[in-house]
Amino acid sequence: MNIVVCMKRVPDTATKIRINSDGTGIDESGIEYVINPYDEYAIEAGLQLKEKFGGEVVILTLDSSEAAPVVRNALAMGADRAVILKCDKKPVDSLSTATALAEGLKALNPDVILMGKQGVDYDNSQVGPMVGQLLGIPCVSVITKLEVSDGKAVANRQIEGGEEVVEVELPAIFTAQKGLNEPRYASLKGIMAAKKKKLDEQEAQIPEGAIEVIKMEIPPAREGGKIVGEGADAVPELVKLLQFEAKVL
Amino acid sequence: MGNNILAFAEQREGKFKKSAYEVIGAAKNITNQTGGETIALVIGSGVEGIAGELGAYGADKVIVADNDSLKYYSGELYSNIVVEEAKKNEADVILMPASSMGRDLAPRCAAITGSAVAADSIAVENSDGSIIATRPVYAGKTLIKVKSSKTPFIISLRPNVFPLPEKEEGKNAEVQKSEVSVAGDSLKAIVKEIVASASGKMDLTEASVIVSGGRGMKGPENFKILEELADVLGGVVGASRSAVDAGWMPQAQQVGQTGKVVSPQLYIACGISGAIQHLAGMSSSKCIVAINKDPEAPIFQVADYGIVGDLFEVVPALTEEVKKVVSS
Repeated sequence: MNIVVCMKRVPDTATKIRINSDGTGIDESGIEYVINPYDEYAIEAGLQLKEKFGGEVVILTLDSSEAAPVVRNALAMGADRAVILKCDKKPVDSLSTATALAEGLKALNPDVILMGKQGVDYDNSQVGPMVGQLLGIPCVSVITKLEVSDGKAVANRQIEGGEEVVEVELPAIFTAQKGLNEPRYASLKGIMAAKKKKLDEQEAQIPEGAIEVIKMEIPPAREGGKIVGEGADAVPELVKLLQFEAKVL
Repeated sequence: MGNNILAFAEQREGKFKKSAYEVIGAAKNITNQTGGETIALVIGSGVEGIAGELGAYGADKVIVADNDSLKYYSGELYSNIVVEEAKKNEADVILMPASSMGRDLAPRCAAITGSAVAADSIAVENSDGSIIATRPVYAGKTLIKVKSSKTPFIISLRPNVFPLPEKEEGKNAEVQKSEVSVAGDSLKAIVKEIVASASGKMDLTEASVIVSGGRGMKGPENFKILEELADVLGGVVGASRSAVDAGWMPQAQQVGQTGKVVSPQLYIACGISGAIQHLAGMSSSKCIVAINKDPEAPIFQVADYGIVGDLFEVVPALTEEVKKVVSS
């Protein structure tokens, strides 16, 4: 089975974000990058499919060469090889990203495409359904369960208050939500093996996007809290404040 | 194309979501300035009867696509209808909720039309005829303002953020049937069934009150006291990542950067210290209350009101006090 996992590196979630000097993006100096947390569930799902059906797991990412160390972490988890679709600057427009990935995917001829439900940088959650639409194959987004058999798959997609059980024919795309599985840690052996795995770089084909960034800014900090008091004795005062000052009761 | 706005009014099982009205209100707010029409689009099965009421919330016209094949959400079918109706009705802007449906639908529409999406926006404004959307990125640590150089500009709106329009009783809009063809038998993805979550409670992203617990809850059994408080407030229970990773609460209840980003009227954080990833997920709540033993906990820096103390004493006392208020 040909399994491709689309991966993105993102700033570590503990990072404090600063705005760059022209006010349209973040200041990337000193930022530590990690595998997008939702992509880890996608990688794990890919590895489990390979364990069951054989084949290979290919990591595909749209990024500069600087992504290589983070991509190696995915190889250390157990993916077989990786392709970096090379660009100097990751596009802000998700349709540009999706178009470039769709082109890269065509060459890999996948049966199953997995990726995180969203990148925790731009929080768009758009690339999966866009790639599905562009390639004319089904996409089930935000999945918490995946069962593949005989060229078909059944996935549970998280919705408000429950789940949809969706059946698709392969090839198909799935975007992973937390809860899909428990991503494995890279073993020392895996880390050593990853150093020898193939990491190709190809020039990305990125069309011009439609999104124009006007400005990025840090939202105003919330005013520091008012400590109402200590222990249960403070409760009547708190309820009064919620009722008459905040007017939320 | 033109000044009209297509407002996708989400319904499930023949009932409009609150976000449907929020989307129409936001659309109307802009068309009032630009002189365009707010056109509501309803897609589903057996929904024709409920469509007219959208006039009372500000829709100038309502389009209904009513078909058995549209009973469950289908990205393929729904996106085709949205795109075609936007074209037919000369809408340069399409608004929809940033719900599980909208977040799947918006990118599909953009891929069909070659246009752009501003996902999960918290503000939409008209600036000299250009529509500008503000959306949180990095889970709300940063805000970004964007516009689109192509049409239709598709904008999904974060639930609970945009005001509900006032209902004008008796004001019905003209209802038209959509003529977009629906070929439901050739679908590539088929929804087999919908399984309700075990709790059967409202989703966190739609709740106006959330009572969340963290590591300080000490175990799954203690979440009962949060349930009791949430019940009297008409809210739902959420959890921090550490409580979810410990297996105390289901993942669907997680609030934070790798959980849900929420904007309730009232967020009560119990035994949550306030890691940056958690704060990112809840800091757009209207009013935040923190209950924590540690006066130095970072949660107190974002909370509007804090009580320093043992949550096992404070939370039950709060439940009793709120009961008094609710019953009076």
